[in-house]
Parts: sequence; structure tokens; C-alpha cells
Amino acid sequence: MCVAWPGTVISCEDGSAVVDFSGNRVTARTGLVDVAPGDKVLVHAGCVLQKMREEEAEEMKKLFEALGDV
Amino acid sequence: MSDLDQTLAAVKARLKAYDGPRMRIMEVCGSHTSAIVKNGIPGLLSPKIELVAGPGCPVCVTPTDYIDRLIALSKEKDTCVVTFGDLLRVPGSSGTLMQAKTAGGRAAMVYSPFDTLALAKAEPETTFVFAAVGFETTAPVYALLLDQILKEQIPNIRFLTAVKTMPPVIDALCAGGADVQGFIAPGHVAVVIGADAFKPLAEKVQLPFGVAGFTGRHLLAAIDGIVRARGRGVVMNFYPEAVAQGGNAKAQALVAKYFEPGDALWRGMGVIPGSGYYLKAAYRRYDAGSRALQHDRPMNAACRCGEVLKGTISPKDCPLFKTACTPLHPQGACMVSAEGNCLSVYNEN
Amino acid sequence: MEQRTITTEHGSGGAATSELIDGIFAKAFDNPVLAQMEDSAVVPGADEIAVTTDSFVVDPLFFKGGDIGRLAVCGTVNDLLMRGAVPKYLTCGFILETGLPLEDLEKIAESMAATAQEAGVTIVAGDTKVVEGRGGLYVNTAGVGFAPCSTIGARQIQPGDVIILSGNLGEHHAAILSERLSIDTDIQSDCAPLVDMVGALMAGTVAVHGMRDITRGGLGTILKEMAEASGLTFELEESRLPVTPKVRDFCSLLGLDPLYMGNEGKMAVMVPESDADEALRLIRMSAYGTHAAVVGRVCAGEPGEVMVKTAVGGQRRIDVLRGEGLPRIC
Repeated sequence: MCVAWPGTVISCEDGSAVVDFSGNRVTARTGLVDVAPGDKVLVHAGCVLQKMREEEAEEMKKLFEALGDV
Repeated sequence: MSDLDQTLAAVKARLKAYDGPRMRIMEVCGSHTSAIVKNGIPGLLSPKIELVAGPGCPVCVTPTDYIDRLIALSKEKDTCVVTFGDLLRVPGSSGTLMQAKTAGGRAAMVYSPFDTLALAKAEPETTFVFAAVGFETTAPVYALLLDQILKEQIPNIRFLTAVKTMPPVIDALCAGGADVQGFIAPGHVAVVIGADAFKPLAEKVQLPFGVAGFTGRHLLAAIDGIVRARGRGVVMNFYPEAVAQGGNAKAQALVAKYFEPGDALWRGMGVIPGSGYYLKAAYRRYDAGSRALQHDRPMNAACRCGEVLKGTISPKDCPLFKTACTPLHPQGACMVSAEGNCLSVYNEN
Repeated sequence: MEQRTITTEHGSGGAATSELIDGIFAKAFDNPVLAQMEDSAVVPGADEIAVTTDSFVVDPLFFKGGDIGRLAVCGTVNDLLMRGAVPKYLTCGFILETGLPLEDLEKIAESMAATAQEAGVTIVAGDTKVVEGRGGLYVNTAGVGFAPCSTIGARQIQPGDVIILSGNLGEHHAAILSERLSIDTDIQSDCAPLVDMVGALMAGTVAVHGMRDITRGGLGTILKEMAEASGLTFELEESRLPVTPKVRDFCSLLGLDPLYMGNEGKMAVMVPESDADEALRLIRMSAYGTHAAVVGRVCAGEPGEVMVKTAVGGQRRIDVLRGEGLPRIC
């Protein structure tokens, strides 16, 4: 139900954006987040829910690595 | 082997070898339940770590009154119910929306609530009622849809809401004495409300919360973190690429504009104070009677969905499980949804 | 010009029916047996024959990579092939709803004819009925194949056999769903007759033990059914399952699982490990088998179980598809 998946914004216009998921394209509403082409975003129920932050993914990697140091 | 793979190997070794006090960890998101099954996570854990599914499937926690109301609406003249697919097969007190549909009721299945706009414009004489179920993740989508309806002045869309919120139900579970030593916090709920939203709760119940994403790695990292934070009231964010500490402020503001918190009825669990969202009085003309739905009459009196959702019994402990209640003839909602606790256990065994 | 559509008159059995049959079906399926226009077709036979039937109700009628006509030929032809038979004859029964554009019917008949030719089968008998409706079309095909050595079956599967998949998972299902949901994708249905790859396997030295095409319910469902029929355990490796990133992301977007997505031109084959390389070589020679891969193996273990070793090293137990409210796809 709370299914959401990351894709990349291809284009934006007037309240919606075309988001690409490895070649599958969905038009998603952008009223909850300001987005620009190239942004990696999370889409839920036809709506952009959040921008994914690459540097945070790096942080996740560090966090995950830190878990190794017991 | 990359550094990350090496770390993963270390985490897996630690989870397999864990020999501390028994840890029962609850996930409260249906997508986590299905990701745990898909990745085969339970087999990677020490026998001392047990994963238990909580009330994380929105379809499963929806009371029978709500389904009955949807069925009644689907049969009303010039009315069409619009819904996500899962809800069609959930039993009310007598039958499902799918059965109502074959008996002449009108119900349309959509991928996005926004598809309702086109339906409503194409048939101005018909009232379209969106079955707005879900958690904090989906609430802003409904708010945005209402925003659009108001902008375009579309007169023929209504909402039947059963939107529920996570922190109050987790709080209620703990207050009810749930045998749980940590929570995998729902990742996409946290995208909206923020990791920090779980902090007061973690501190109150003195249990660790790990916000997790939906891959095998995300889940293993979160479980490892939770096990190691045993007994501490902390919130750890293992999904930082999507979850900000404060969540999505714009989404929160939009929800606050149109919705207000209220007491909500959970299937088999009763009324939990402040655990739902309802349309504010100013927008009540867009509501199809959501507040009146205060009864939960299971199709089968022996159904123990409520205890299953609270994690106090395993689906296997329910007398109906695999006997009267099967995926083809579900007696309770937990056997219906692809994310339901009973269906998960049924498929695993 | 106004579009011509099916009306109740086309179902009258009179002149309008003849017009439909002569103008569309006889023209598209043209062959000497059908041309006799008798009550039944009389054709040359064999000692052992394989017989099967299947009905097709897919919506929409036309989709990327195929249409209901191609699907109706492939489905029945592939069912014959899976017993090691050589498909020979097909019959087709159409149920047409009023309002169906004649042009669409013509396209579907032509597509059936072309697919039948590709598969080497002759459509020797047919029937048409008309019902009131909204322009829908349903078709049943029955098929006959010659089965010289029909020993293939789930009970022949042995511990130590490898499980080969003839190509990528989920493409038909994703193509149909994308037409029905607002997802723009160029994923094509894989619907195809598997005549050449099965023919090559049958003609070669490979000992084929089990063979099943992957249709509704997906790989997970057919393997579970085969494991139960064989009384053995099937072990799969998630990392070996061929799924394109496009189909994988399509599934993730909708919360679906590639293991339960339907195909219409893929099969799973069980052969002894010593024959695996040769079987792969033969399957990959077909245009529909270029992505064939070994995805798992058969072992004694618990009877009727299908286990997947997941990418993170976990174990997942596979059951038949249950309780998904998905739209009809074939």
C-alpha cells in the first residue's frame, strides 16, 4: 500500500512531472515537492513524495559501514 | 567484494550469531512485511531474534462499517466508488465490494487517486467517491487531490476517509503490554512525518526504533541497529536518502490545511484516540460520511485479526487459519491483502 | 466514412454471417481443408495425438508486442509443445460483441493467420457467435499435435536436473498492465510460439524431463505445481533469474513480484545437468530464447517445495500465486 519507488525527473510542467523508472515513464503530481529535471524522486500513488538525496545515500553507506565496527 | 558487501557480511554474521536476550521486533508497514518475506530475512537471524508483523497494512485495519458503507455507496444511483485494488476483496459484515460490483454496484480501480479527476469530468452526472484509506504516506496525496478539486471547482468527487496514523497505534500497542522489544519504523510514513516524529514515542516507551527502507540491506541494517540498541529509547534513521529528520514540511502543511486528527476505529483493535485524520469542518461537504463509521462487526465472530494485528498471537493461533480462512475464502482482512499478516504466514508455510 | 462494426445481424446465421466468414476468416486463414466449408474438418492423423484447448479474454485486444489473435494461437500451440508434440491443427471459436469494429476483427484474423503460419499449424475449423455488448471479442482455440514420444512430464523430473528458463520474466504481464494503468513504457509482450526451440530440443540429444510454459501465475506458480507433481524440491537462485531492469522497475513501481508475473512465450525446462549446456545452446538458437539461463536445480529434499536463495542470502519459500486482484491478462 505504501509502495513508493525512486525514479528520475525527465521534465516538469504546471504541477506535474514526467518521472522515469529504467524506461517506464509516469506522470506524477509535484504539489508536495519542488522538483527539477534530473532530480531523483520517490513516487507514491501518482505523486512525488520526496526528493532522494544522493549525499544522504553516501551517508547511509557510511552508517552501514559504521555498523561493522563493533 | 566491495566494502559494502563486507559490511553486509559482518552484519549478517552478527545477526546469525546473536545470543543475547530474546528480541521480538515488530514491523508496522505492509511493504516491510512483504520485503521481509521476499528477501528471506527470518532465516538470516538467530533464533533469539523474532520478527512480528503489526498493524501496517491499511486495508487490514479498516473496520467492517467502512466496507459496508462503500458497498452501500456503490449501489446508490449515479454513484461510483473509486479505490485501490486491494480493497475490492476485503470482507465487510456481509460480502465484499467485488461481490457488490458483480451484483450491479459500481466500483472503479485506479493506480493514482488523481485518476478520479478524469473520471469525474467525463461523467458530471455521477458522484465519484474515493475510498481514501492509508497512513501518513497517502494523506498528503488526498490533500493534494482535494486542493485540485477546489481549484478546478469539480462538484462531483467525495472522499470516504479511513486515514490512520502510526505513532498513536504503536503507543496503544505498547500501553496494551505488547511483547515487543523494538520497532522497524515505517520508511514511507517517515518520509512524510520525519524520523524525529518517532522520538517522543521512543523515549516514552524506552524502545529502539529503526527507520528502514525496503531492500534486504536496508532491513538487515535496521534490524542490526535495533538489536544493538536494545532497551534504549532511540530513533535511528537507516533510510536517510529518503527520510529527512523533519520529513516533508510541504506535505505536512497541506495535510494540516485540510485534515484534523480524530479518534479512529481499527479493525479488531477498537478505537484508538487521535489515530485518524478527518476532513476539517470547512471541507465536510467533500466527505461521504466518514465520521459515522464507528462499528466493527467481523464477518466471522471467531476471527482473531485484532490480536494478530497487535502481535499478541501468531496467525497460526487463530482457529480459522487455514481451516475456514484461506486466501480463496478469507474471513478476515489479514488474509486478503498482499501485505496482510495472515496471508504472509500462509504463503511462508 | 462511418466505421463498420459488428451488429446482431452478423450473428443471424444468414447472409451477414456468411459475409463475415467469407470476407474475414476464410480470406485470412485460407487453406484447402477450411475451404471445403463442411461441418467438420477431416485431416491426416497420427498414432498418438496431443489435444488441448484454451480461451482468451485479454483486455485490451491490441497491446505492444501482440494482440488477442496472436495470443490465441501461441497459447494453444505452446501447450501442445510442452508435451513434446508437434502442433498441427487448430480450431477457433469467436464470440463477438456488437459494436466491435470490423477493421479490428480483420486485423486480429490476419494476425492469427500470420502466427499460425509461423508456428506451422493450419486453422481447419471455426465458429462465430455474436452477443450484445460493447465491442469486445473472445476467442477459444483448440489444438491437435502429433506426439511421437510423449514421455515428458513432471513425474519424469529427477534429483540433479537443472532448471532452465528460456528468457526474461514478466514481459507479457507488464505490457498488458501498462496499457491499463497510466504508465508509458515500451515493454513488449513476449507472446510467441515456441515451435523452433522445442523442435530443436526434441530433435537433439538432450533428455528433456519436464517442460512447462509460463503463463498466468508466473514462474513461481508453475514451478510450485511441477514440484508438487514431481514430489521433489526445486531450488532457485534469485540472482540468476533473467529480468530486465525495465520490467524489474515496472514491478517495483506497482509492488508486484516478477516471479508471479505472466509470460506468453517463455518456458521452464528440466534436463540432466550433463545436458544443460547443449539445451541452453539449442534454446538460444531461437529468436525467442536468446536470454535463456540456468536458474536453479532439482533435489530430493522436501517433496513439493520451491525455495529461492535471495540476493542477500536468505531463503524464501514459493507458493502458487494467491489473492492478487490483478486485471485479466490472457
